[in-house]
Amino acid sequence: MSDHSLETDLAPAGTVAVVGASAPLGEIQTEEAQKSSFYESGLEVEVRSQWTYARRRFFRHRLAVASLVVLTVILLAGAFASWVAPYPYDGIDLDAAGTAPTLSGGHIFGTDLLGRDYFSRVIYGIRTTERVAFLVAILAVVIGTGIGMVAGYYGRWVDNGLMRITDLVLTLPGLAVLLTAAAFLGKGSPYRVAVILALLFWTTLARLVRGQFLSLREKEYVDAAKAAGAGDLRIMFRHMLPNSLGPIIVFGTLILGIAILTEAALSFLGFGIQPPTPALGKLIADGQDVSQSMWWLVLCPGLTIVLIVLCVNFVGDGLRDALDPTQRIRA
Amino acid sequence: MRSTRRSGFVPDPLLSIRDLTVDFATEDGVVHAVQGVTYDVYPGETLGIVGESGSGKSVSMLAVLGLIPQPPGKIVRGDASFKGRNLMQMPNDELRQLRGGEMAMIFQDPMTSLNPVLAVGFQISEAIIAHNSDVGAEKARERGIELLDLVGVPNPDQRYDQFPHEFSGGMRQRAMIAMAIANSPSMLIADEPTTALDVTIQAQIIEVLKAAQRETQAATILITHDLGLVAELADRVVVMYAGRVVESGDVYTIFANPRHPYTVGLMESLPGLTVGDESLQPIPGQPPSLISLPPGCAFHPRCSLSNGRPRCRTEVPELHETGHPEHWSACHFLAELEGYKSKLVTEAIG
Repeated sequence: MSDHSLETDLAPAGTVAVVGASAPLGEIQTEEAQKSSFYESGLEVEVRSQWTYARRRFFRHRLAVASLVVLTVILLAGAFASWVAPYPYDGIDLDAAGTAPTLSGGHIFGTDLLGRDYFSRVIYGIRTTERVAFLVAILAVVIGTGIGMVAGYYGRWVDNGLMRITDLVLTLPGLAVLLTAAAFLGKGSPYRVAVILALLFWTTLARLVRGQFLSLREKEYVDAAKAAGAGDLRIMFRHMLPNSLGPIIVFGTLILGIAILTEAALSFLGFGIQPPTPALGKLIADGQDVSQSMWWLVLCPGLTIVLIVLCVNFVGDGLRDALDPTQRIRA
Repeated sequence: MRSTRRSGFVPDPLLSIRDLTVDFATEDGVVHAVQGVTYDVYPGETLGIVGESGSGKSVSMLAVLGLIPQPPGKIVRGDASFKGRNLMQMPNDELRQLRGGEMAMIFQDPMTSLNPVLAVGFQISEAIIAHNSDVGAEKARERGIELLDLVGVPNPDQRYDQFPHEFSGGMRQRAMIAMAIANSPSMLIADEPTTALDVTIQAQIIEVLKAAQRETQAATILITHDLGLVAELADRVVVMYAGRVVESGDVYTIFANPRHPYTVGLMESLPGLTVGDESLQPIPGQPPSLISLPPGCAFHPRCSLSNGRPRCRTEVPELHETGHPEHWSACHFLAELEGYKSKLVTEAIG
């Protein structure tokens, strides 16, 4: 993120004109007069932060905004599954077993072989999946950002050591590690799955943040902060981290999508979330045996996954455009 | 602003630098950025450090503040003490308390020295809070607005919450000055404070600097290559060339009777006030590479006085007293410049 381009890019003509009007002041004494005329001119200067512009750019991105709305609805439905779902996820009703999706009855996604309402199961599945995904995203962002910050700020052997560890984790074949870890640690708990995923996913962000910090370290305002007596922690968190938030946010969003997909794959393979807790991947796995006759058992959770991941990626795209000041097209 | 320092009564120096030598290791070799620099800064005075780019002006100050990145930088030898405390042996935490507290720095480029994602006022208040943990956010804000007002930022209470991109260059430099004087430093280092600004804004910033000095009574070290600025602000001048002090003395003496051929060259290369036929007299040649300095006096290949005399090539000149009180020059043949009158002075006298 270049602050120069940011400045020329973002400073609206109006603001510049206001500054210009007040600039040619001579002695400090004469400024009292200038000041009063400044007030009278009625040129109030609106405070606009980088975020104001980012928000504006994001809301101009229609697909991203639409995706955000859909995503919010889906995620909220998952979060409040016990209120939203019309049936409990394990409510067996053998009389209704195998009902196809219908708008007239109570089962809009149909029912499974045991007559459990599939819409409710999908919603509970979303709940499990989103919990895992958010946990993964948060953990991965915290680990990745932390390691990247330390490596980029201190440089030298600290950087070397941490980046070699990162490379090591990056070379691990993800699926194999996940399956082994699941086998060793025991399967089941969604949180355990989340931690394993996070421990694999932080690497890209660590490299990204490290790169950011390496370049930010050379910025003059960091020197200025040092000259003003700021300590390492203050410089890292107050001055450098806010300047790297853009890529971190974007990456966090993308991780969310990847985590959902990976968790679904894991559950599908039977190494992720265990029954009776419904998870979207698990639902597909359970449904595939009878998918010839009961297609909705695969299609409904499958489409839900696709929809969520698609929305997450569009939102991520929108955020990337909004937070990258060098992308002028949408500004 | 002229201080009242006169020969006869000499107070203890606020900052004294002795034989400071700083090297930088680069791929091409060792850069001798500062070599055996010695000078004092007295309370309340304004010291101008003059020299072209790469002469070690800024590096010597950064070394004093403990801001030389090590490696590649290395303080080979030398001492610096501030109010009698040795800065070179000071623990990092103590040095950090001094930075931005007792010793504050104004950077060259206000465009890049303010953090673009933080509000300007916040950055000023932060400097206050960082050094006074007992000051609350409310109080720091009040003081921040006061400071913005002091440096002539109009509408300070609104400006306080604005971001750097909403400030013009001059306004940013004002904000930088406000930040520097936030903790009433006793020494203010201004590293080319006007270089990045328009000429009209430069004049304003000089006024702001003077006001800041009046407010804090701080000794000011003015690092610049602008002789006009030095004449305007400084009490004493240190001229640096290729990492060494080549001349130092009272501003009047230096301008009226420079005794080092480099200083003479600098004066000659200034445009005069009177429109004449004569073109500017640049100093011939290029500044030397700091990796492989010419032997002897580093200035001899460009010197108008040397005339190929072997002593210039073989012997590094020490600082000698010129006969004027407190006026020193590092030239073997400084006596030959005794009669020289700079054209600035001849012009002024008429």
